Amino acid sequence: MDRRLFLQTAALAGASLIPFGRSGWALAALGPAATQKKMVVIMLRGAVDGLNVVVPYGDANYYQLRPTIAVAKPGSPDGVLDLDGHFGLHPALGALQPLWQAKQLAFVHAAGSPDPTRSHFDAQDYMESGTPGRKSTQDGWMNRLLGALPGERTPTRGISIGPLLPRILNGSVEVANIANGRSAGKPTVLDRPKVGDAFGQLYAGDDKLAQAYREGRSTQKEVMSSLADEMMAANGGAPLPNGFPTDARQLARLMRKGNVQLAFMALGGWDTHINQGAGKGQLAGRLSPLGEGLAQLAAELGPMWQDTTVVVMSEFGRTAAQNGNGGTDHGHGNAIWLLGGAVAGGKVYGDWQGLDSAALHEQRDVPVTTDFRAVLAQVAERHLRLPDKQLVQVFPGLNATGPEGLIKA
Amino acid sequence: MLKLATLFGALFIATSAIAAPLTAPLTDAQRALHALNRLGYGPAPGDVQRVQAMGVERYIDQQLHPEKMALPPVLAQKLTALQRAAPAPGEMLSEFRPPRGSDTLTAEQKQQARREVYQRAAQQVNEMRLLSAVYSPRQLEEVMTDFWFNHFNVYADKGITRVFVADYERSAIRPYALGRFRDLLGATAKHPAMLFYLDNWQSTATGYRVNGKGKVLGLNENYARELMELHTLGVDGGYTQQDVTELARMLTGWTFDPRGDAAGAVAFRYDAARHDNGSKTWLKQAVAPAGQAEGERALDVLAASPVTARHISYQLAQYFVADVPPPALVNQLTQRYLATQGDIRAVLATLFASPAFWDSANVGSKFKTPYQYVVSATRASGAQLNNVRPLVNMLRQLGMPLYGCQTPDGYKNTEAAWLNANAIATRISFATALGSGRMPLARAPELDASAPMSDAEISPVDPAALAATLGPTLSANARTTISAADAALQPSLMLGSPDFQRH
Repeated sequence: MDRRLFLQTAALAGASLIPFGRSGWALAALGPAATQKKMVVIMLRGAVDGLNVVVPYGDANYYQLRPTIAVAKPGSPDGVLDLDGHFGLHPALGALQPLWQAKQLAFVHAAGSPDPTRSHFDAQDYMESGTPGRKSTQDGWMNRLLGALPGERTPTRGISIGPLLPRILNGSVEVANIANGRSAGKPTVLDRPKVGDAFGQLYAGDDKLAQAYREGRSTQKEVMSSLADEMMAANGGAPLPNGFPTDARQLARLMRKGNVQLAFMALGGWDTHINQGAGKGQLAGRLSPLGEGLAQLAAELGPMWQDTTVVVMSEFGRTAAQNGNGGTDHGHGNAIWLLGGAVAGGKVYGDWQGLDSAALHEQRDVPVTTDFRAVLAQVAERHLRLPDKQLVQVFPGLNATGPEGLIKA
Repeated sequence: MLKLATLFGALFIATSAIAAPLTAPLTDAQRALHALNRLGYGPAPGDVQRVQAMGVERYIDQQLHPEKMALPPVLAQKLTALQRAAPAPGEMLSEFRPPRGSDTLTAEQKQQARREVYQRAAQQVNEMRLLSAVYSPRQLEEVMTDFWFNHFNVYADKGITRVFVADYERSAIRPYALGRFRDLLGATAKHPAMLFYLDNWQSTATGYRVNGKGKVLGLNENYARELMELHTLGVDGGYTQQDVTELARMLTGWTFDPRGDAAGAVAFRYDAARHDNGSKTWLKQAVAPAGQAEGERALDVLAASPVTARHISYQLAQYFVADVPPPALVNQLTQRYLATQGDIRAVLATLFASPAFWDSANVGSKFKTPYQYVVSATRASGAQLNNVRPLVNMLRQLGMPLYGCQTPDGYKNTEAAWLNANAIATRISFATALGSGRMPLARAPELDASAPMSDAEISPVDPAALAATLGPTLSANARTTISAADAALQPSLMLGSPDFQRH
């Protein structure tokens, strides 16, 4: 089937799936297929230790390199959850095991940036601009992707959860950011007509501040209407604790009831130079809410999970060997996580070369054998159905390829 | 209402000449406002007029010499009281450890005790910082303390960092904020806050064991990397991974004892037993084994490097002049840094006298960070500040919690980092509450800071007074729009206006 025919077919199929809620109507009128396929990017800032997330427990070098922080083999106390007989999943990510079994979770190991920097900030910048090694790129690849995808531009089609607008979504296409936790969508002082009108006049220009003001107003209206019933329910009960699971549920509701197509969230606290622990400990304590939140996102999305691909990525990996303090220092290759109904899961992808010192990058790090952009490009092409011509705009200069078949045909 | 319109009218006449062409010279009022905005956190009531009367050059000179300026007695008393009430780091850490032989506390009780200590410490340091930022006449010292804190950032909520944060700011940063860069670098390198936050306190020669037994320790390159990448040379400073590892080896033994010394003080300690005595090659130079002197010499080399001079100059120019600072200015500051062996006061004096600083294209053009916005609004409002909690909460909501930047690069001060749709809406909510007097800032510290406000507590800002305070901040259009609005809403509109988001 050629792509155009596929899109038309998908449009017809998609239309019948749209719920006839208020926003459902609006969406149907605009052509639902355009935004039906969703992508969520979760960025783990600070460089998560991928070797303790997707653990090569079948490689004896792993245990030699990490005498006190290696995660034990499957079946041992606090041991990994076996994935494929060679790799195992960190036990704190048990909430994701059902997705693995349902073949909706995959990893691409030894992935990362072709740029060798071990600076968190440069590496994150490159991962967000999508142009490794080039600092002059102004916009983020998710913004360019949003601009390249067909379909109507609506205020919350691209959103970030959190008080800052991340580099990855920065650019010429309008995007929204909404607050963490349960405050999003609650009425503000600007929803009082007299106040809103007066500020509206002050922010009537076409400078950046005025644009941001108006984007905020239209986002607020959309989020308020999307979450109206949730708010009423929430008012009666005790406030939920903040944190990633809360934000993930909130995002799922917005996606279900609104027009979100691309979403981004960042989580910090992965820079484990000291006492990172093994099956338990500091890293486990960070992974556990992440796993739970992702599982809740999958559950809350319901049927939409079939149309959603979640990418979890981090700026680089950490040293193969533990350092002098039961931690790990800045490394290179890492694992990219892929989750969703469209993911050809139940598999660890990538060109894995083992942890023998000869195989390591500069004798210390997992080498990068898959360019992170190749993974993202495949999601954009095969899942979001971004045409080849537009792909060049999103990831200019990309000529690397990665493992094929990450997304179900 | 009539009064306000009249006042705006007068200001409008005074400033209308410059409103149209950008290249017109600044009026005296605009020069005063610009100095107040950039050297400090904007005008408090009467400031624009005061600086105009004394002359901008004299104001700048005064700001460059904070040691000659007395603090107002009320502020000095408050800071002294807060300082006195705050336990020293050693005392706080000892509260985590029950007395010998009575270790009957459950893990939960210990956790609770720790939380209470942290909360007290946070409350104290937040109050000292915000009271000073709002009320101190030494505005540039406040700005530079915040600037260098971000440059040498530590994250209060990483482990025990919290107990050191107030002392770190007071003893390692503030005294050198306008001093020599090398002193600042050395003071941060040796402070337990930095030693703990970037893990150098645990970094040792490979295979070292405490007292020859116990856990085997070894090298940790976290601090060494950020020392070059963030604190001195900059990420493109030309060092390699090997330079990171070698510098980490040179800095082994730079540590502190969390149990404190005999007097209970927690301070830097060089532990020769932890030091890697091998020879090293760092930045293409052979380094002979010399114990602590290896690290000292590394700091000398880094502080004196032209690459560092450029990195620091760029950051100062970015903070004080423009997000993308003019290269000619950065060059000029770099030269000044090198000529004065990193004298921060001299570099700043050059900056404040530069044509770029006074270029009208760079006036009122920087988007305020949440911290600059919240502090400047509070100053301008003339509000009585006894209870800083609403400000602390607002900074968290705006994504810039005090002492809460997790990563060692500190908070940015560029528009790209802070301008977004949610931020504008949140700032307007803050401005509306502040302008209408519905923020319990004046509430006495002993009262419940989070209780709802009584009617008696609500004291709206006077619109005419605020307009006078802001001087030429607002554009002619904004003034027209605001004059036409309800008087009760006017202060909120001024503080929430686009013009007040910039400085």
